[in-house]
Amino acid sequence: MAILVVAEHDNASLKDATNKVVTAAKALGGDVDVLVAGSNASSAAQAAAKIDGVRKVLRADGATLAKQMAEPLQALIVPLMASYDAVLFPASTTGKNAAPRVAAKLDVSQVSGVIGVKGADTFVRTIYAGNAVVTVKDGQAKHVLTVQPTAFKAAGNAGSASIEQIAAPAGPFKSAFVSEEMAKSDRPELTAAKRVVSGGRALGSSEEFHRVLDPLADKLGAAVGASRAAVDAGYAPNDYQVGQTGKMVAPELYVAIGISGAIQHLAGMKDSKVIVAINKDEEAPIFQIADYGLVQDYKTAVPELMNALTKAGV
Amino acid sequence: MKVLVPVKRVLDFNLKVRVKPDGSGVDLSNLKMSINPFDEIAVEEAVRMKEGGGGHRAGAASEVIAVSIGPEQAQETIRNALAIGADRGILVKAEGEVEPLAVAKILKGVIETEKPDLVILGKQAIDDDSNATGQMLAALLDWPQATFASKIVLHDDKATVTREVDGGLQTLDVELPAIVTTDLRLNEPRYASLPNIMKAKKKPIDIKTAADFGVDTAPRLKTLNTTEPPKRSAGVKVKTAEELVGKLKEAGVL
Ligand SMILES: Cc1cc2nc3c(=O)[nH]c(=O)nc-3n(C[C@H](O)[C@H](O)[C@H](O)COP(=O)(O)OP(=O)(O)OC[C@H]3O[C@@H](n4cnc5c(N)ncnc54)[C@H](O)[C@@H]3O)c2cc1C
Ligand SMILES: Nc1ncnc2c1ncn2[C@@H]1O[C@H](COP(=O)(O)O)[C@@H](O)[C@H]1O
Repeated sequence: MAILVVAEHDNASLKDATNKVVTAAKALGGDVDVLVAGSNASSAAQAAAKIDGVRKVLRADGATLAKQMAEPLQALIVPLMASYDAVLFPASTTGKNAAPRVAAKLDVSQVSGVIGVKGADTFVRTIYAGNAVVTVKDGQAKHVLTVQPTAFKAAGNAGSASIEQIAAPAGPFKSAFVSEEMAKSDRPELTAAKRVVSGGRALGSSEEFHRVLDPLADKLGAAVGASRAAVDAGYAPNDYQVGQTGKMVAPELYVAIGISGAIQHLAGMKDSKVIVAINKDEEAPIFQIADYGLVQDYKTAVPELMNALTKAGV
Repeated sequence: MKVLVPVKRVLDFNLKVRVKPDGSGVDLSNLKMSINPFDEIAVEEAVRMKEGGGGHRAGAASEVIAVSIGPEQAQETIRNALAIGADRGILVKAEGEVEPLAVAKILKGVIETEKPDLVILGKQAIDDDSNATGQMLAALLDWPQATFASKIVLHDDKATVTREVDGGLQTLDVELPAIVTTDLRLNEPRYASLPNIMKAKKKPIDIKTAADFGVDTAPRLKTLNTTEPPKRSAGVKVKTAEELVGKLKEAGVL
């Protein structure tokens, strides 16, 4: 079996999600190649070549791939699938955007958001915001999967695969990149962070959200997340949203501050190793899944937590 | 400009699904079903394109058509869309679970007769959580796509769409006809007024079947079993932040 993994990267650097999807790919059993589709992405391709267990890296480099948009990715990947039995995309916004186009062109039903691999054709995923787990058998000639990176351990970086150049698609395409507004942050990336501090509607304003959460996140070396309510109200940017329709996170420590714990939010964070909830309402559903609950107003709880952390040498 | 909006009948988002104890699936009997929340947002956007509002000029859309693929009761979902302001509906009857690929093939058939300039879908159905149908449809039609939209600006022959992506926001131009899928922050759907609910009852709904489009809806993927996710038990309540830090140290996460 030959398996293709589509790398997650921003041209400059390879994302850890790629290593995690490679682990999922290896569980299918077979040769694993990694596709790095981008523009001036040689450093990402070199990093991909170091992932343990990768046979070779395919590097397609060109202007049409600069933003990894869906149409050029489809044009690139569909012909490649003549030599592969399965293609795995990370369940990132880039992967989710492109994978179904590839699946439709191959006349294949896609398996979305895979969290477990039980063999070459048997996959585990969740439905209904994580409230049901299904095991599906995919008897199709080719498999197209998006993989939830948080569900897999990252493959190591001691490999030395060869890098093969392939042509980027020429176009023209019917969609064109106009602009982007990317958040700049020195904090770890939300989906890969070991610790996450999230805020909810209780924070009340953007100023308050950042005043309360940023110092705590910095102290813990954590990424900052948010509930949908906090994002909708404009307290936090959209890419902070954790949940069924936002990002899936599974850090070692998740601290939910002023978040009630709606099922859609829990869907995105309930696989965290240790969950802490700070909420002034002792009936808040978040306490039903929290390992440690502190029933307090965040206005007193967070400053006290900062002090206690300092005292404890954190 | 004609706008087509596919709407799915799903378990109401406020309800928690029950997994059948024998692992054979989920039990939806006697549970409230509603329009998929992302599809409600899609209908609202299309109706604003017709009525004006949300940055659209009145008349930008000439007609809004709601399509649902599902059982007889999916007519209620279409009525929901008609009450928000869609003009007419199409129900394509299909029993059982219809995978996104088959939905996309049926929608392609509908689009070949209706010839819309824009199709707005939800980014994801909250039951199967697939996030696939819109992209598949775009590929089958060889149309451009702008998924996870939080803003749509219409021009004569293209749309400028802002998308919610992992690192922030991205803006694209897509030539029309195009596929757009909605994210939660595109708009806030209205509550349908009673007069509009009454009016919706008189709007026409065409009834078709999957066979009319020559699409086989048999699932390609076989569900072997359905289980509850591992339960997380509630932990302990701590009294102070100091106690919390102590516990976190013990747990080895600090
Ligand atoms: C289709 C769909 C998709 C969705 N997807 C997501 C998703 O991906 N992610 C997501 O998060 N939500 C999602 N939601 C929304 C979800 O249903 C909830 O509405 C949302 O998570 C609530 O956010 P919240 O907990 O911040 O707000 P609230 O539910 O309003 O909770 C605020 C909490 O703060 C507490 N509080 C108030 N003041 C204080 C104080 N001073 N100190 C301490 N505590 C305080 C309150 O007791 C309360 O528990 C989705 C909804 C739909 C319909
Ligand atoms: N049975 C259906 N009938 C109508 N529209 C559907 C159906 N299934 C999916 N869709 C549309 O496709 C979107 C994405 O669904 P999914 O790919 O299943 O997550 C939904 O938000 C709907 O707009």
